[in-house]
Amino acid sequence: MSETITLSVDGEEITIEPKRTVAAALMLAAERPAWRRTRFNNEPRGLFCGIGVCFDCLVTVNGEASLRACLIPAEDGMVIETSERGTR
Amino acid sequence: MVPAVNASDVLVIGSGAVGAAIAYFCALRGLSVAVVDSGAVGSGTSSKCEGNLLVSDKEHGPELDLANYSLKLWQGELAEHSHLWEFENKGGIIVASQESSMASLQRALRVQREHGIRVEEIDVAELKRYEPNVTDEAVGAAFYPDDSQVMPMLVTAHLMRMASEAGAHMWPYTEVTGLLRSGDEVRGVITARGSFWADAVINAAGPWGGQLARLAGVNVPVEPRRGYVLVTEPMEPKIFRKVYAAEYIDNVGSSDGGLQASPVVEGTPAGSVLIGSSRERGGFDTTFNPEAIGRIATNAVKLFPFLAETRVLRYYFGFRPYVPDHVPVIGPDPRAPGLWHACGHEGAGIGLSVGTGKIISQAVAGEDTDLSLEVFSPTRFGELTEVAA
Amino acid sequence: MSKENSVRQKHCDVVVIGAGPAGLAAASQASGAGAQVLLIDQSLRPGGQFWRHASEEHDADPGRWHHGWNTYTQLAKVLERAIGTGRVEHLSGHHVLTGERTGTGLGLTVQPVPELADGVRGLITVEAPAVVLCPGAYDRQLPVPGWTLPGVMAAGGVQAFIKTQGAAPGRRAVLAGTGPFLLSAAASVIQAGGEVAAVCEAADLTGWVPHGVAAALVPSKGLEGAEYISLLAKHRVPYLRRTAVTAIHGEQRAEKVTVSRLDRHGAVVAGTEKHFNDVDLVGLGWGFVPQSELVVQFGAQTRIDIDGSLIGVVDTRQHSSVEGLYLAGEITGVAGATAAVAEGRIAGYAAAWMAGYRVRGARQAAAAQRDKILRANHRAFARAMHTAHPLPAGWESWMQEETTVCRCEEVPYHRIRESTETLSAQEPRGLKGTTRTGMGWCQGRICGAAAICLAKSSGDQRKEQAARAVAKRPLAAPVRLSDLAESRAQTRPLKAP
Ligand SMILES: Cc1cc2nc3c(=O)[nH]c(=O)nc-3n(C[C@H](O)[C@H](O)[C@H](O)COP(=O)(O)OP(=O)(O)OC[C@H]3O[C@@H](n4cnc5c(N)ncnc54)[C@H](O)[C@@H]3O)c2cc1C
Ligand SMILES: Cc1cc2nc3c(=O)[nH]c(=O)nc-3n(C[C@H](O)[C@H](O)[C@H](O)COP(=O)(O)OP(=O)(O)OC[C@H]3O[C@@H](n4cnc5c(N)ncnc54)[C@H](O)[C@@H]3O)c2cc1C
Ligand code: FES
Repeated sequence: MSETITLSVDGEEITIEPKRTVAAALMLAAERPAWRRTRFNNEPRGLFCGIGVCFDCLVTVNGEASLRACLIPAEDGMVIETSERGTR
Repeated sequence: MVPAVNASDVLVIGSGAVGAAIAYFCALRGLSVAVVDSGAVGSGTSSKCEGNLLVSDKEHGPELDLANYSLKLWQGELAEHSHLWEFENKGGIIVASQESSMASLQRALRVQREHGIRVEEIDVAELKRYEPNVTDEAVGAAFYPDDSQVMPMLVTAHLMRMASEAGAHMWPYTEVTGLLRSGDEVRGVITARGSFWADAVINAAGPWGGQLARLAGVNVPVEPRRGYVLVTEPMEPKIFRKVYAAEYIDNVGSSDGGLQASPVVEGTPAGSVLIGSSRERGGFDTTFNPEAIGRIATNAVKLFPFLAETRVLRYYFGFRPYVPDHVPVIGPDPRAPGLWHACGHEGAGIGLSVGTGKIISQAVAGEDTDLSLEVFSPTRFGELTEVAA
Repeated sequence: MSKENSVRQKHCDVVVIGAGPAGLAAASQASGAGAQVLLIDQSLRPGGQFWRHASEEHDADPGRWHHGWNTYTQLAKVLERAIGTGRVEHLSGHHVLTGERTGTGLGLTVQPVPELADGVRGLITVEAPAVVLCPGAYDRQLPVPGWTLPGVMAAGGVQAFIKTQGAAPGRRAVLAGTGPFLLSAAASVIQAGGEVAAVCEAADLTGWVPHGVAAALVPSKGLEGAEYISLLAKHRVPYLRRTAVTAIHGEQRAEKVTVSRLDRHGAVVAGTEKHFNDVDLVGLGWGFVPQSELVVQFGAQTRIDIDGSLIGVVDTRQHSSVEGLYLAGEITGVAGATAAVAEGRIAGYAAAWMAGYRVRGARQAAAAQRDKILRANHRAFARAMHTAHPLPAGWESWMQEETTVCRCEEVPYHRIRESTETLSAQEPRGLKGTTRTGMGWCQGRICGAAAICLAKSSGDQRKEQAARAVAKRPLAAPVRLSDLAESRAQTRPLKAP
């Protein structure tokens, strides 16, 4: 079971345990507490509610925008794009 | 609590955009004003609509005159407050996606131009410069530089605030259940909080205006015409003007009771896109109509294909105050002296609110009005029939 | 990606929404009675918030993070068997968007959760004579300066993270708010190898004493609490009563926390500030908010519970005011997982009965009686708990002009004050219209509790209206325009003018 998987985060590869959510991968492996910026004040945001309610954790995965990172199981080869200067 | 005797020059029933504008302009003239609403300020249609100030969808006639007059107020006397209600003169675009609708659009343009509406016909290349994300199916379009936009709740709340600062008094959660009469005359209103006496009682109850008129035994046939609006996720600006399809104009002017849903798509300063809107008559029906939502969505995606992948966060609906001839009812009611009407603005009551408020204030103060009230007369519909009563 | 865009329709006897403690119990009971059950849940794995866990292939012993794990494994086994025999269909990774009365029964629109759907698209419509709604709850929040910094999370979110990831989302934590749940979250952080700098409890807990009898009815809860307390004591974690986090500091993320003492009214006592440095995780929780939008959509009767939440009104069989609609778990009042299981069983049986399945032997009758007692005891315990852990009335005392209230639309406190003071926004709807509070992605789920307080909706009836206005979400989740467009395929006849 304990093999690892690889994701691309903003073009950089990270290697993680397979049970991670995308949010946990960003926090634990990529050491990114935040992966989105707010549209008015340009504030950093990351995980808040952790269960899909607050939509603070939005990312783009495999080209699909506005997905909740806390809900997505990480899969080998996933391409994750964060929005440093955010629109959402 | 209400003082033992509540008497004012003017009592306004309804604190929607129209009631708030009346209160503001009357208070400015030094009249004493009370406003009652069965709910909170602006809790009726004025908080369940959009804020387009359009000339592009108007036919010539009294509604167009009132629209032009109102636009002058928005951009003149009220301009210093524009930022408070997010006034934006962004211009409107009507897109034709078929040769046949282009032909009817061109016919409409000719008439509109004759009546002084500023409009340019634009070709596809120019359309794409205005709206790069619009459908490739477009065959032509018209651009209306005067079309503008406001945030309706802010308009209503700030007009009410400005009215209060000029001395008007607002009574929320105060429903009018009856009228104080003296013979035919209307002398005030009865509410759960007590009686309110006034020289002029103004029915600004929006889609409920017909019901209020019935309390006085007079016929003002205002009926609700429901409209849905979809609200998308916030995004970077991708839609720059108010954009709608050529069929929209036909819907606005139609009296068809069935469902109509041509898209009106606009971005908002906060980043969400508002997608309106359907029109259907059938009383104050609050049950969900998935057909209306589905059609609005289908038509919007046709107009802006990128919207297919956009998420809708919520939808809402409101009841437009509809009258059969699409002309609002504004002025004193000779059948019930003391009672005035200012309702029936259908899908344009936000834009027309300020013009309505100003001419009502002039008339109540006994001055000449900037626009003649005759064409807006409440008596034009005839008496109540047994059935309606 | 294979995108399947079509509208599918399903029929069954009983739909159960939510696969948490309440929903699992309801599904097992209804299917046991012979009903054809469709169990719909947003997550991929059953368990809800309480028994949220990583898949067994990734975590050999998920039970170590949980209480009542035996109950879960039993329910999960029953469910698995029922799925095997075709009695239950488990539609996991699906979200119920809308619910309404159809005239012939209850109708739902369901969409695959986009984060889990793997390219599957399109809405599903479901119709059934009976629905058991068990949507659970999420953490209740109060704004505090700095709470939008990364590293600040809902206490339940911290818990959920640990349960699924087996690791803590930070190194050194402060947990704050009110309620015994803070202790369980703190215990999890420690168990996952993190450090807890402090647990701040806003209540003074003397409130518990008069309710000793209620607590005695539920000895398991007392034991669970004692376990947490002794774990925290062993790790020398300060448990600060009548104390709240009143500011969180940091540049790009939470780094430091200020806590203050509260007076009897829950307002900050000036000069009592203490600081915790080197904190990278703050877990905030002020009780829970039941997910009430579907109850409101169905038009079922609601009321304000003792903790201030909007809940569905039910009779002894968990039946709501809408025919065929049963409610179980947190949606009928926040009372924990054991109450949720008991209610789920009662509701599942009643729903099957409503759908025409009527078997009941002496054994089931005795079990039903036990469930009723369990429900009553846990409800009494919950009332005592809520009384002992109120929202601090004076919480506005820690707000600063610029503190964000609505996280999605970034509405600062001063804008809200201007609106309530000069724009007559006396209820949350007016506040929303004039300031955009609650208009964003989360549709007021996170800022709703604060908005209700700030809009000064006073009086019980006004409060219920305010809470219903906040919970009025015509779509329970965002949906793509293309899916809505597609949904035209199935429509009802238009209303004649
Ligand atoms: C979907 C939709 C989109 C729209 N888009 C636009 C647009 O883009 N531009 C535009 O200009 N217009 C638009 N409109 C139309 C506009 O919303 C209305 O014309 C306008 O809001 C009417 O304002 P009002 O003040 O007359 O009525 P309302 O805002 O409905 O106010 C009437 C008030 O009267 C109160 N009331 C009723 N009965 C009583 C009683 N017995 N006692 C006390 N109070 C009472 C109600 O509570 C209410 O607050 C749209 C409407 C809809 C539904
Ligand atoms: C994040 C979090 C963590 C928690 N952790 C603990 C803990 O460790 N210990 C403890 O004692 N208590 C915990 N609680 C409290 C716990 O939620 C309840 O005691 C218990 O789970 C209630 O059971 P339930 O069946 O009512 O709801 P839940 O367990 O919440 O189950 C509801 C389920 O319904 C699903 N759902 C909701 N709406 C829809 C919809 N529209 N469509 C489809 N599915 C839907 C949800 O995704 C969820 O899976 C936690 C609460 C939260 C919010
Ligand atoms: S953290 Fe709230 S939705 Fe993901």
